[in-house]
Amino acid sequence: MSFDLMLVAASLPKIATGVVLTLKLLVVSLLFGTALGIGAALMRISGSRLLAWPSFAYSYVFRGTPMLVQLFIIYYGLSQFEGLRNSMLWPILREPFWCAVIALSLNEGAYAAEILRAAIRGVDQGLHEAGHALGLSPRQRFMHVTAPIAVRLALPAYGNEMIGLLKGTALVSMIAMNDITGVARTIVAKTFAPYEIFISAAIVYLSITWVIQHGIRVAERHFNRYIKK
Amino acid sequence: MVISEKNEAIIVLEGVTKFYGGFQALKGCSMVVSRGQKIVLCGPSGSGKSTLIRCINRLEEHDSGRIVVAGTELTRNMANVAAVQSEIGMVFQQFNLFPHLTVVENLMLAPRLVRKLPRPQAREIAMHYLARVRIPEQADKFPIQLSGGQQQRVAIARALCMKPQIMLFDEPTSALDPEMIKEVLDVMTDLARDGMTMVVVTHEMGFARSVADLVVFMDAGEIVEQAPPSEFFGAARSARTKLFLQQILTH
Repeated sequence: MSFDLMLVAASLPKIATGVVLTLKLLVVSLLFGTALGIGAALMRISGSRLLAWPSFAYSYVFRGTPMLVQLFIIYYGLSQFEGLRNSMLWPILREPFWCAVIALSLNEGAYAAEILRAAIRGVDQGLHEAGHALGLSPRQRFMHVTAPIAVRLALPAYGNEMIGLLKGTALVSMIAMNDITGVARTIVAKTFAPYEIFISAAIVYLSITWVIQHGIRVAERHFNRYIKK
Repeated sequence: MVISEKNEAIIVLEGVTKFYGGFQALKGCSMVVSRGQKIVLCGPSGSGKSTLIRCINRLEEHDSGRIVVAGTELTRNMANVAAVQSEIGMVFQQFNLFPHLTVVENLMLAPRLVRKLPRPQAREIAMHYLARVRIPEQADKFPIQLSGGQQQRVAIARALCMKPQIMLFDEPTSALDPEMIKEVLDVMTDLARDGMTMVVVTHEMGFARSVADLVVFMDAGEIVEQAPPSEFFGAARSARTKLFLQQILTH
Protein backbone atom coordinates (compact mmCIF):
# COMPACT_ATOMS: atom_id res chain seq x y z
CA MET A 1 0.00 0.00 0.00
CA SER A 2 1.30 3.41 -0.82
CA PHE A 3 0.75 6.60 1.06
CA ASP A 4 1.46 9.81 -0.82
CA LEU A 5 2.62 12.40 1.71
CA MET A 6 3.02 14.95 -1.06
CA LEU A 7 -0.63 14.56 -1.89
CA VAL A 8 -1.56 15.25 1.73
CA ALA A 9 0.60 18.36 1.68
CA ALA A 10 -0.87 19.50 -1.61
CA SER A 11 -4.49 18.92 -0.64
CA LEU A 12 -4.36 20.41 2.86
CA PRO A 13 -4.58 24.03 1.60
CA LYS A 14 -7.47 23.08 -0.70
CA ILE A 15 -9.31 21.33 2.09
CA ALA A 16 -8.70 24.33 4.28
CA THR A 17 -10.92 26.35 1.94
CA GLY A 18 -13.81 24.37 3.40
CA VAL A 19 -12.90 25.54 6.89
CA VAL A 20 -14.70 28.85 6.44
CA LEU A 21 -18.02 27.18 5.74
CA THR A 22 -17.54 24.62 8.51
CA LEU A 23 -16.75 27.35 11.03
CA LYS A 24 -19.65 29.48 9.83
CA LEU A 25 -22.04 26.57 10.29
CA LEU A 26 -20.52 25.81 13.67
CA VAL A 27 -20.69 29.34 15.05
CA VAL A 28 -24.13 30.25 13.72
CA SER A 29 -25.67 26.93 14.81
CA LEU A 30 -24.01 27.19 18.18
CA LEU A 31 -25.52 30.64 18.76
CA PHE A 32 -29.03 29.66 17.64
CA GLY A 33 -28.75 26.27 19.31
CA THR A 34 -27.66 27.74 22.63
CA ALA A 35 -30.50 30.26 22.55
CA LEU A 36 -32.93 27.42 21.81
CA GLY A 37 -31.35 25.31 24.54
CA ILE A 38 -31.69 28.08 27.14
CA GLY A 39 -35.33 28.56 26.20
CA ALA A 40 -36.06 24.85 26.28
CA ALA A 41 -34.23 24.37 29.59
CA LEU A 42 -36.18 27.24 31.18
CA MET A 43 -39.42 25.72 29.92
CA ARG A 44 -38.46 22.37 31.43
CA ILE A 45 -37.79 23.82 34.88
CA SER A 46 -40.68 26.30 34.77
CA GLY A 47 -42.92 24.03 36.81
CA SER A 48 -45.66 24.47 34.23
CA ARG A 49 -46.66 21.29 32.42
CA LEU A 50 -47.87 23.30 29.49
CA LEU A 51 -44.35 24.63 28.97
CA ALA A 52 -42.37 21.61 30.12
CA TRP A 53 -44.04 19.07 27.89
CA PRO A 54 -43.29 20.64 24.48
CA SER A 55 -39.71 21.16 25.60
CA PHE A 56 -39.42 17.52 26.65
CA ALA A 57 -40.92 16.36 23.35
CA TYR A 58 -38.52 18.59 21.41
CA SER A 59 -35.45 17.20 23.17
CA TYR A 60 -36.74 13.67 22.85
CA VAL A 61 -37.38 13.87 19.10
CA PHE A 62 -34.15 15.61 18.15
CA ARG A 63 -31.94 13.53 20.38
CA GLY A 64 -33.69 10.37 19.34
CA THR A 65 -33.28 10.65 15.56
CA PRO A 66 -30.15 10.83 13.38
CA MET A 67 -29.10 14.32 12.47
CA LEU A 68 -28.64 13.22 8.86
CA VAL A 69 -32.29 12.20 8.71
CA GLN A 70 -33.31 15.55 10.21
CA LEU A 71 -31.16 17.35 7.65
CA PHE A 72 -32.76 15.45 4.77
CA ILE A 73 -36.24 16.10 6.14
CA ILE A 74 -35.57 19.81 6.33
CA TYR A 75 -33.67 20.10 3.05
CA TYR A 76 -35.92 17.93 0.89
CA GLY A 77 -39.08 18.18 2.93
CA LEU A 78 -39.67 21.92 3.31
CA SER A 79 -40.02 22.46 -0.43
CA GLN A 80 -43.05 20.14 -0.40
CA PHE A 81 -45.11 22.84 1.25
CA GLU A 82 -46.49 25.23 -1.31
CA GLY A 83 -47.36 27.80 1.32
CA LEU A 84 -43.72 27.85 2.34
CA ARG A 85 -42.47 28.12 -1.22
CA ASN A 86 -44.61 31.21 -1.69
CA SER A 87 -43.71 32.76 1.65
CA MET A 88 -41.20 35.47 2.34
CA LEU A 89 -39.04 32.93 4.10
CA TRP A 90 -38.47 30.87 0.98
CA PRO A 91 -35.36 32.73 -0.23
CA ILE A 92 -33.80 31.69 3.06
CA LEU A 93 -35.24 28.21 3.34
CA ARG A 94 -34.22 27.14 -0.14
CA GLU A 95 -30.57 27.81 0.70
CA PRO A 96 -28.74 24.64 1.75
CA PHE A 97 -26.78 26.77 4.22
CA TRP A 98 -29.86 27.81 6.15
CA CYS A 99 -31.36 24.33 5.99
CA ALA A 100 -28.13 23.07 7.50
CA VAL A 101 -28.17 25.78 10.16
CA ILE A 102 -31.77 24.91 11.05
CA ALA A 103 -30.98 21.21 11.40
CA LEU A 104 -27.77 21.77 13.34
CA SER A 105 -29.33 24.41 15.62
CA LEU A 106 -32.36 22.31 16.44
CA ASN A 107 -30.07 19.42 17.24
CA GLU A 108 -27.69 21.48 19.30
CA GLY A 109 -30.60 23.09 21.15
CA ALA A 110 -32.00 19.70 22.13
CA TYR A 111 -28.70 18.61 23.68
CA ALA A 112 -27.96 22.01 25.19
CA ALA A 113 -31.37 21.98 26.88
CA GLU A 114 -30.53 18.75 28.68
CA ILE A 115 -27.07 19.94 29.70
CA LEU A 116 -28.37 23.28 30.98
CA ARG A 117 -31.30 21.72 32.78
CA ALA A 118 -29.00 19.35 34.62
CA ALA A 119 -26.63 22.22 35.46
CA ILE A 120 -29.41 24.43 36.82
CA ARG A 121 -30.70 21.52 38.91
CA GLY A 122 -27.15 21.00 40.15
CA VAL A 123 -26.96 24.40 41.84
CA ASP A 124 -27.17 24.02 45.62
CA GLN A 125 -30.73 24.64 46.80
CA GLY A 126 -29.35 26.38 49.89
CA LEU A 127 -28.01 29.22 47.73
CA HIS A 128 -31.45 29.69 46.30
CA GLU A 129 -32.86 29.93 49.82
CA ALA A 130 -30.17 32.37 50.88
CA GLY A 131 -31.13 34.61 47.96
CA HIS A 132 -34.76 34.24 48.89
CA ALA A 133 -34.09 35.16 52.52
CA LEU A 134 -32.17 38.24 51.36
CA GLY A 135 -35.25 39.40 49.47
CA LEU A 136 -34.00 38.73 45.93
CA SER A 137 -36.81 38.21 43.44
CA PRO A 138 -36.98 34.86 41.59
CA ARG A 139 -35.59 36.57 38.51
CA GLN A 140 -32.72 38.16 40.45
CA ARG A 141 -31.97 34.84 42.10
CA PHE A 142 -31.79 33.16 38.72
CA MET A 143 -29.68 35.82 37.03
CA HIS A 144 -27.23 36.51 39.85
CA VAL A 145 -26.99 33.20 41.69
CA THR A 146 -28.25 30.20 39.75
CA ALA A 147 -27.19 31.10 36.21
CA PRO A 148 -23.53 31.97 36.86
CA ILE A 149 -23.03 28.78 38.84
CA ALA A 150 -24.94 26.68 36.30
CA VAL A 151 -22.69 27.98 33.53
CA ARG A 152 -19.68 26.62 35.37
CA LEU A 153 -21.36 23.28 35.95
CA ALA A 154 -22.44 23.04 32.30
CA LEU A 155 -19.09 23.96 30.80
CA PRO A 156 -17.35 20.55 30.52
CA ALA A 157 -20.39 18.88 28.96
CA TYR A 158 -20.93 21.90 26.76
CA GLY A 159 -17.39 21.67 25.44
CA ASN A 160 -18.02 18.09 24.40
CA GLU A 161 -21.25 19.17 22.79
CA MET A 162 -19.42 21.83 20.75
CA ILE A 163 -17.02 19.23 19.45
CA GLY A 164 -19.97 16.97 18.66
CA LEU A 165 -21.54 19.79 16.69
CA LEU A 166 -18.29 20.40 14.78
CA LYS A 167 -18.30 16.77 13.71
CA GLY A 168 -21.99 17.01 12.92
CA THR A 169 -21.33 19.78 10.40
CA ALA A 170 -19.65 17.16 8.17
CA LEU A 171 -23.12 15.88 7.31
CA VAL A 172 -23.83 18.97 5.22
CA SER A 173 -21.57 17.50 2.55
CA MET A 174 -24.54 15.22 1.92
CA ILE A 175 -26.58 18.15 0.66
CA ALA A 176 -23.85 19.26 -1.71
CA MET A 177 -22.19 21.85 0.48
CA ASN A 178 -18.47 22.53 0.32
CA ASP A 179 -17.50 22.30 3.93
CA ILE A 180 -14.29 20.50 4.90
CA THR A 181 -15.75 17.08 4.17
CA GLY A 182 -17.51 18.34 1.02
CA VAL A 183 -14.27 19.72 -0.40
CA ALA A 184 -12.47 16.51 0.53
CA ARG A 185 -15.06 14.43 -1.31
CA THR A 186 -14.71 16.60 -4.40
CA ILE A 187 -10.94 16.12 -4.40
CA VAL A 188 -11.33 12.38 -3.87
CA ALA A 189 -13.58 12.22 -6.91
CA LYS A 190 -10.78 13.76 -8.97
CA THR A 191 -7.73 12.04 -7.47
CA PHE A 192 -9.13 8.64 -6.45
CA ALA A 193 -6.99 8.93 -3.31
CA PRO A 194 -9.53 8.68 -0.47
CA TYR A 195 -6.93 7.61 2.04
CA GLU A 196 -4.68 10.67 1.83
CA ILE A 197 -7.49 13.14 1.31
CA PHE A 198 -9.71 12.06 4.18
CA ILE A 199 -6.70 11.88 6.48
CA SER A 200 -5.98 15.47 5.51
CA ALA A 201 -9.58 16.34 6.32
CA ALA A 202 -9.24 14.58 9.67
CA ILE A 203 -6.13 16.61 10.45
CA VAL A 204 -8.04 19.84 9.77
CA TYR A 205 -10.91 18.74 12.04
CA LEU A 206 -8.47 17.77 14.76
CA SER A 207 -6.85 21.19 14.74
CA ILE A 208 -10.23 22.88 15.12
CA THR A 209 -11.10 20.48 17.94
CA TRP A 210 -7.82 21.37 19.61
CA VAL A 211 -8.69 25.07 19.49
CA ILE A 212 -12.15 24.42 20.96
CA GLN A 213 -10.79 22.22 23.73
CA HIS A 214 -8.18 24.78 24.56
CA GLY A 215 -10.79 27.54 24.67
CA ILE A 216 -13.00 25.49 26.98
CA ARG A 217 -10.06 24.79 29.24
CA VAL A 218 -9.30 28.50 29.53
CA ALA A 219 -12.96 29.20 30.28
CA GLU A 220 -13.06 26.43 32.89
CA ARG A 221 -10.01 27.80 34.59
CA HIS A 222 -11.69 31.19 34.76
CA PHE A 223 -14.91 29.83 36.19
CA ASN A 224 -13.19 27.43 38.57
CA ARG A 225 -11.11 30.12 40.20
CA TYR A 226 -13.55 30.24 43.08
CA ILE A 227 -13.68 26.53 43.77
CA LYS A 228 -9.93 26.07 44.13
CA LYS A 229 -8.49 26.48 47.58
CA MET B 1 -43.76 34.69 79.19
CA VAL B 2 -42.59 38.10 80.30
CA ILE B 3 -43.51 40.95 78.04
CA SER B 4 -43.81 44.35 79.61
CA GLU B 5 -46.55 46.62 78.33
CA LYS B 6 -44.29 49.02 76.50
CA ASN B 7 -42.55 46.24 74.57
CA GLU B 8 -44.01 46.01 71.12
CA ALA B 9 -44.60 42.51 69.77
CA ILE B 10 -42.57 42.15 66.58
CA ILE B 11 -43.30 38.50 65.80
CA VAL B 12 -46.64 36.93 66.66
CA LEU B 13 -47.38 33.28 65.93
CA GLU B 14 -50.89 32.01 66.59
CA GLY B 15 -51.73 28.34 66.19
CA VAL B 16 -49.31 27.84 63.31
CA THR B 17 -49.47 24.45 61.62
CA LYS B 18 -47.43 22.98 58.82
CA PHE B 19 -47.76 19.68 56.98
CA TYR B 20 -45.30 17.90 54.72
CA GLY B 21 -47.66 15.58 52.91
CA GLY B 22 -49.19 13.50 55.68
CA PHE B 23 -46.56 14.44 58.25
CA GLN B 24 -47.48 17.29 60.57
CA ALA B 25 -44.31 19.22 61.35
CA LEU B 26 -45.97 21.99 63.37
CA LYS B 27 -49.02 21.33 65.53
CA GLY B 28 -50.42 24.70 66.42
CA CYS B 29 -47.45 26.72 67.65
CA SER B 30 -48.07 30.05 69.38
CA MET B 31 -45.42 32.45 70.51
CA VAL B 32 -44.84 36.18 70.84
CA VAL B 33 -41.47 37.84 70.40
CA SER B 34 -41.16 41.45 71.41
CA ARG B 35 -38.73 43.91 69.93
CA GLY B 36 -35.18 43.37 71.15
CA GLN B 37 -35.90 39.97 72.65
CA LYS B 38 -33.52 37.06 72.20
CA ILE B 39 -35.23 33.72 71.85
CA VAL B 40 -33.42 30.40 71.82
CA LEU B 41 -35.38 27.56 70.26
CA CYS B 42 -34.24 24.12 71.30
CA GLY B 43 -35.49 20.57 71.20
CA PRO B 44 -34.64 17.18 69.77
CA SER B 45 -33.99 16.89 66.04
CA GLY B 46 -37.15 16.66 64.02
CA SER B 47 -39.08 18.63 66.62
CA GLY B 48 -39.97 21.40 64.15
CA LYS B 49 -37.60 24.17 65.31
CA SER B 50 -36.16 24.82 61.87
CA THR B 51 -39.56 24.57 60.24
CA LEU B 52 -40.91 27.14 62.67
CA ILE B 53 -38.28 29.77 61.95
CA ARG B 54 -38.41 29.04 58.25
CA CYS B 55 -42.13 29.84 58.39
CA ILE B 56 -41.36 33.19 60.01
CA ASN B 57 -39.56 34.43 56.88
CA ARG B 58 -41.69 32.41 54.51
CA LEU B 59 -39.08 29.98 53.27
CA GLU B 60 -41.86 27.57 54.18
CA GLU B 61 -45.52 28.38 53.84
CA HIS B 62 -47.60 27.58 56.94
CA ASP B 63 -50.89 25.78 56.41
CA SER B 64 -53.04 27.42 59.07
CA GLY B 65 -52.77 29.86 61.94
CA ARG B 66 -51.43 33.39 61.80
CA ILE B 67 -47.92 34.77 61.49
CA VAL B 68 -47.54 38.53 61.92
CA VAL B 69 -44.12 40.10 61.55
CA ALA B 70 -43.57 43.79 62.28
CA GLY B 71 -47.26 44.43 61.86
CA THR B 72 -47.60 42.62 58.53
CA GLU B 73 -49.41 39.31 58.31
CA LEU B 74 -47.87 36.64 56.12
CA THR B 75 -50.41 35.63 53.52
CA ARG B 76 -50.33 34.57 49.90
CA ASN B 77 -50.03 38.26 49.09
CA MET B 78 -46.55 38.46 47.58
CA ALA B 79 -46.10 42.12 48.44
CA ASN B 80 -46.59 41.27 52.11
CA VAL B 81 -44.11 38.44 51.87
CA ALA B 82 -41.48 40.70 50.30
CA ALA B 83 -42.13 43.35 52.95
CA VAL B 84 -41.64 40.84 55.74
CA GLN B 85 -38.58 39.25 54.17
CA SER B 86 -36.83 42.58 53.89
CA GLU B 87 -37.21 43.02 57.67
CA ILE B 88 -35.70 39.63 58.48
CA GLY B 89 -32.14 38.41 58.11
CA MET B 90 -31.40 34.72 58.16
CA VAL B 91 -28.29 32.68 58.88
CA PHE B 92 -28.17 29.04 57.81
CA GLN B 93 -26.40 26.00 59.17
CA GLN B 94 -24.52 25.54 55.89
CA PHE B 95 -23.62 29.27 55.53
CA ASN B 96 -24.95 29.31 51.94
CA LEU B 97 -22.54 31.97 50.77
CA PHE B 98 -22.59 32.57 47.03
CA PRO B 99 -19.44 30.70 45.95
CA HIS B 100 -18.93 32.64 42.72
CA LEU B 101 -18.81 36.02 44.45
CA THR B 102 -16.08 37.39 46.67
CA VAL B 103 -16.86 38.03 50.31
CA VAL B 104 -17.57 41.72 49.77
CA GLU B 105 -19.66 40.98 46.67
CA ASN B 106 -21.69 38.51 48.70
CA LEU B 107 -22.51 41.33 51.08
CA MET B 108 -23.20 43.88 48.34
CA LEU B 109 -25.55 41.77 46.24
CA ALA B 110 -28.83 42.25 48.09
CA PRO B 111 -28.33 45.93 48.96
CA ARG B 112 -27.59 46.59 45.28
CA LEU B 113 -30.42 44.54 43.82
CA VAL B 114 -33.12 44.90 46.46
CA ARG B 115 -32.32 48.28 48.01
CA LYS B 116 -31.03 49.64 44.66
CA LEU B 117 -27.94 51.14 46.27
CA PRO B 118 -25.10 52.24 43.99
CA ARG B 119 -21.96 50.09 44.22
CA PRO B 120 -19.78 52.47 46.27
CA GLN B 121 -22.48 52.87 48.91
CA ALA B 122 -23.19 49.12 49.00
CA ARG B 123 -19.48 48.50 49.39
CA GLU B 124 -19.24 50.98 52.23
CA ILE B 125 -22.04 49.21 54.11
CA ALA B 126 -20.48 45.85 53.36
CA MET B 127 -17.10 46.92 54.74
CA HIS B 128 -18.78 48.33 57.83
CA TYR B 129 -20.40 45.00 58.66
CA LEU B 130 -17.32 42.99 57.74
CA ALA B 131 -15.47 45.06 60.31
CA ARG B 132 -18.20 44.32 62.81
CA VAL B 133 -17.78 40.58 62.36
CA ARG B 134 -14.03 41.19 62.53
CA ILE B 135 -12.89 40.03 59.10
CA PRO B 136 -12.54 43.16 56.93
CA GLU B 137 -9.20 41.82 55.63
CA GLN B 138 -10.97 38.89 53.91
CA ALA B 139 -13.17 41.14 51.76
CA ASP B 140 -11.74 40.21 48.38
CA LYS B 141 -11.37 36.47 48.91
CA PHE B 142 -13.78 33.84 47.70
CA PRO B 143 -15.82 32.05 50.39
CA ILE B 144 -14.02 28.74 49.86
CA GLN B 145 -10.75 30.36 50.91
CA LEU B 146 -12.17 31.07 54.38
CA SER B 147 -12.56 28.80 57.39
CA GLY B 148 -16.04 27.66 58.39
CA GLY B 149 -16.19 30.12 61.26
CA GLN B 150 -15.16 32.97 59.00
CA GLN B 151 -17.72 31.92 56.40
CA GLN B 152 -20.49 31.92 58.97
CA ARG B 153 -19.45 35.38 60.16
CA VAL B 154 -19.58 36.57 56.55
CA ALA B 155 -23.09 35.09 56.32
CA ILE B 156 -24.11 37.04 59.42
CA ALA B 157 -22.65 40.23 57.97
CA ARG B 158 -24.41 39.57 54.67
CA ALA B 159 -27.76 39.40 56.45
CA LEU B 160 -26.98 42.53 58.48
CA CYS B 161 -26.26 44.55 55.32
CA MET B 162 -29.99 44.58 54.65
CA LYS B 163 -30.45 46.28 58.04
CA PRO B 164 -33.08 43.81 59.22
CA GLN B 165 -35.13 44.32 62.37
CA ILE B 166 -35.02 40.63 63.15
CA MET B 167 -32.31 38.00 62.76
CA LEU B 168 -33.10 34.30 62.49
CA PHE B 169 -30.36 31.74 63.08
CA ASP B 170 -30.93 28.14 62.03
CA GLU B 171 -28.33 26.06 63.89
CA PRO B 172 -25.56 28.52 63.00
CA THR B 173 -22.79 26.55 64.69
CA SER B 174 -23.83 22.98 63.97
CA ALA B 175 -21.66 22.64 60.86
CA LEU B 176 -18.60 24.14 62.51
CA ASP B 177 -15.50 22.55 63.99
CA PRO B 178 -15.50 23.02 67.76
CA GLU B 179 -12.68 25.58 67.75
CA MET B 180 -14.67 27.87 65.47
CA ILE B 181 -17.93 27.85 67.38
CA LYS B 182 -16.82 30.50 69.82
CA GLU B 183 -15.94 33.13 67.22
CA VAL B 184 -19.43 32.83 65.75
CA LEU B 185 -21.17 32.86 69.13
CA ASP B 186 -19.10 35.93 70.10
CA VAL B 187 -20.38 37.80 67.06
CA MET B 188 -23.92 36.75 67.89
CA THR B 189 -23.50 37.87 71.49
CA ASP B 190 -22.29 41.29 70.28
CA LEU B 191 -25.34 41.52 68.10
CA ALA B 192 -27.59 40.65 71.02
CA ARG B 193 -25.97 43.37 73.13
CA ASP B 194 -26.73 45.90 70.42
CA GLY B 195 -30.40 45.17 70.86
CA MET B 196 -31.14 43.04 67.79
CA THR B 197 -34.27 40.91 67.95
CA MET B 198 -33.01 37.36 67.55
CA VAL B 199 -34.57 33.93 67.19
CA VAL B 200 -31.88 31.27 67.41
CA VAL B 201 -32.24 27.55 66.85
CA THR B 202 -29.25 26.04 68.61
CA HIS B 203 -27.96 23.30 70.84
CA GLU B 204 -25.46 25.67 72.45
CA MET B 205 -26.96 25.77 75.92
CA GLY B 206 -24.17 28.01 77.20
CA PHE B 207 -25.26 30.63 74.68
CA ALA B 208 -28.89 30.14 75.69
CA ARG B 209 -28.02 30.63 79.34
CA SER B 210 -26.00 33.79 78.84
CA VAL B 211 -27.82 35.53 76.00
CA ALA B 212 -31.43 34.37 75.75
CA ASP B 213 -34.32 36.22 77.33
CA LEU B 214 -36.51 33.25 76.71
CA VAL B 215 -35.79 29.60 75.98
CA VAL B 216 -38.46 27.84 73.98
CA PHE B 217 -38.49 24.06 74.03
CA MET B 218 -40.13 22.21 71.15
CA ASP B 219 -40.88 18.53 70.75
CA ALA B 220 -42.83 16.69 68.05
CA GLY B 221 -44.07 19.89 66.42
CA GLU B 222 -45.32 21.50 69.62
CA ILE B 223 -44.01 24.25 71.83
CA VAL B 224 -43.78 22.38 75.11
CA GLU B 225 -42.36 25.01 77.38
CA GLN B 226 -41.08 28.58 77.27
CA ALA B 227 -39.27 30.19 80.17
CA PRO B 228 -36.37 32.51 80.96
CA PRO B 229 -33.10 30.53 81.02
CA SER B 230 -32.70 30.55 84.80
CA GLU B 231 -36.10 29.01 85.20
CA PHE B 232 -35.77 26.74 82.17
CA PHE B 233 -32.48 25.18 83.20
CA GLY B 234 -33.22 25.25 86.91
CA ALA B 235 -36.78 24.10 87.15
CA ALA B 236 -38.14 22.77 83.88
CA ARG B 237 -41.74 21.81 84.33
CA SER B 238 -42.51 19.19 81.71
CA ALA B 239 -41.13 15.69 81.71
CA ARG B 240 -40.14 16.00 78.05
CA THR B 241 -38.05 19.09 78.76
CA LYS B 242 -36.36 17.41 81.71
CA LEU B 243 -35.47 14.40 79.59
CA PHE B 244 -34.05 16.59 76.83
CA LEU B 245 -32.00 18.63 79.28
CA GLN B 246 -30.65 15.49 80.90
CA GLN B 247 -29.59 14.18 77.52
CA ILE B 248 -27.76 17.28 76.39
CA LEU B 249 -26.35 18.53 79.68
CA THR B 250 -24.93 15.31 81.08
CA HIS B 251 -21.72 15.41 79.05
